[in-house]
Formats: sequence, structure tokens, C-alpha cells
Amino acid sequence: MTVPERPERPEFLTDTPVPGRIWMLRGARAAISIPAFILTAAFVGYAGLARETGLTLAETLALTGLVWALPSVVVLTGALSSGMGLLPTAIAVALASVRLMPMTMALMPLIKVPGKTRNWQLLIASHFVAVTAWVYAMKHLPDLPREARLPFFVGFGCSVSSFVFCMTAIAYLLVERLPDMVAGALVLLTPVYFLCSLWGAARLNADRVAMITGLAFGPLFFIYLPGLDLLWTGLAGGTLAYIGTRIHRRGLL
Amino acid sequence: MTDVPISQTWWWPFVMILVAGWFATDVWRWLGVFAGGRLREDGELLIWVRCVATALVAGVISKLILFPQGVLAETPIWLRLAAAGFGFSAFFVARQKVLVGVLSAEAFLLCGWLALDKLG
Repeated sequence: MTVPERPERPEFLTDTPVPGRIWMLRGARAAISIPAFILTAAFVGYAGLARETGLTLAETLALTGLVWALPSVVVLTGALSSGMGLLPTAIAVALASVRLMPMTMALMPLIKVPGKTRNWQLLIASHFVAVTAWVYAMKHLPDLPREARLPFFVGFGCSVSSFVFCMTAIAYLLVERLPDMVAGALVLLTPVYFLCSLWGAARLNADRVAMITGLAFGPLFFIYLPGLDLLWTGLAGGTLAYIGTRIHRRGLL
Repeated sequence: MTDVPISQTWWWPFVMILVAGWFATDVWRWLGVFAGGRLREDGELLIWVRCVATALVAGVISKLILFPQGVLAETPIWLRLAAAGFGFSAFFVARQKVLVGVLSAEAFLLCGWLALDKLG
């Protein structure tokens, strides 16, 4: 009789030290998951868009691999097809990706081993910070031993992005045009996945309140302050949630 | 040498992708690494940073639902909101199983969409 293999938590909780390479492989294996599937679906939808706007396969793949954050990818695709200049495009893309900075900041204390982890390792790992991997990391990394988190995250990020990279190429080559309903359903996958998993990743009441304020402020700032709307949503919604829950936790001082 | 403007050359899109795409995006990640390196895991500052990041991602969510790109924009706004709300409720009923939430929302959207197509 063989012992059934269980890829879930239990084996992560063993006390014996496990080398980083093994953790990287475990991260890569954990990437066979719902978030990877949903991200793939989103990029399959994107491949159709890229083809319609006239990007070549090489350009589409360079964008996917190098930028690795779907909103910025979409902005850059629009800029390439309309012949926008280098500087205005860089500014537009930079505005679309400011959100990656607070996300990376929040992740750092989680994956860093004080005094041991080198900055270059963190810089490499940071390339995989995008909403999907971030939400997954915030939810699952706290369950792992500290030394395991960085290799696990890199393994996870590498394997999700290579898989998405290949699937984007296949979709670009094979899918002429998706039926309307399929394309529409693919677009809805991402926000609903974020909605559920962001709630699941919340650890404190502050996180949950911040999620609610963000949901409410997002559309408001989008209408009244387009361009920097996400940054304002984060700063205003997040600060409000922080102050509100802090007063609740500690009183007015 | 021919007088092709650089924006017409084969390599120009790749310069755009490298500078305006890769650099303009990754620079925020690098800044995040340096700024986040000094945060303490149990500190108040980190709680605030996490609130900001969470609210920001939540803003992405509501934008994607209220102002979607492409064909989804043709569906009525109430259908998208109802589908997302249905999915989120199913997620709770199923003891926070993400897959249940996602599939329920999709089923709701497609049923509603088909029904509207039949009626309209």
C-alpha cells in the first residue's frame, strides 16, 4: 500500500529544516492552483486584445514577461497601438503601477529573514509582485517557517508566470476571436477572485475595513480624479480604515 | 541607410516595452523593497501600509466590476453587481471557499446574460 500524497499544509509544519531549493519546488507545485488558473484566463483574454490591436507575438510575450502586471500591460498595449511617445507612455504606465509599491512594502517584512536575506534576492522576488501572487502570498506565507517564505514565493511566482507566459503564446496563436460571452465571463473572473481571496487574506479588522473603504472609494476617485485614482483610493481608504480601527482598538490616543 | 523614422523600426516597440513598460513598472517594486525593508512585522506602520495596499486592491476590484473593459461593458451594471454579490455570498456560505465564490458568480452572470439575450 502506498502512502497517499497530500500536498496541503501538514507537511509544511514539520520541524526539520528543509533546504531552500525544496521550498522553491514546493512553491512551484503550489502554483498549480485556482489563482494561476484565473490569471491564465485573464491573460488569454489579453492575448485576444493584443492580437486585435496588432501587436506581434514577440511584443505580446515581451510585455507579458517583463511587465507582469495586467493593468500596466493593457495601458502599454494601448500606447503601442496608438503610437504614443516614450515619455508620456512611461508616465502613464508608471501611474498605473504605483500600487505595486505599497503592496511590495507590505510583503517585505513577511518574506525577509532579518540579517540574512540579501537585497538582491528581494529585488528579484519583487518582480513577481502582482495582485494575484500578492493576495496568495499574504494569505498563505504566514503559515510557513520564516526561512521558507522567500524561496516558496519565488518558486510560486516563477512557475505561475512561466505557465501564463506559455498559455498567452498559445492563446495568441490559436484563438482568433473569443465568443462574446466567453470573453465577458473571463473578464469577470478576476474581480470576483480578488474579492473572495482578498477577504480570505485579511488578518485584522483593519484589513477588512480597508477592503470595504477601498471598494467604495475606487469608483468615486475614478470618476473625480482619474489617473491617480487608485493611489488616492489606497491612501484615503487605507488611512481612514487604519485610523477608524485604531481608535476602536486603543481609544482616541 | 534608409530614412525610416525610429517609431517605424522593428526594435522601437521593444525599447518602449523595456523603458516604458519594464522599468516604469519594476521601479515601484524596487522602491517597495527598500521602503518595506525597514518595516517591523508587528509595527503599527505595517498595519497602515497593509491598509493602504488592501484598499488599493479593493479599488481595482470595484473598478473592474463597475467599469469593465471590452464586451463585459455591454452587460447591465446591476447584473455585474448582482453576480459579484451572489458569488461573494456563496463564498461565505461555502465556508470561504474561493472556487465556490468564483464559479457561482460566473454561473449567475452567464444565466442572467443568456436570459437577457433571449428577452431582448
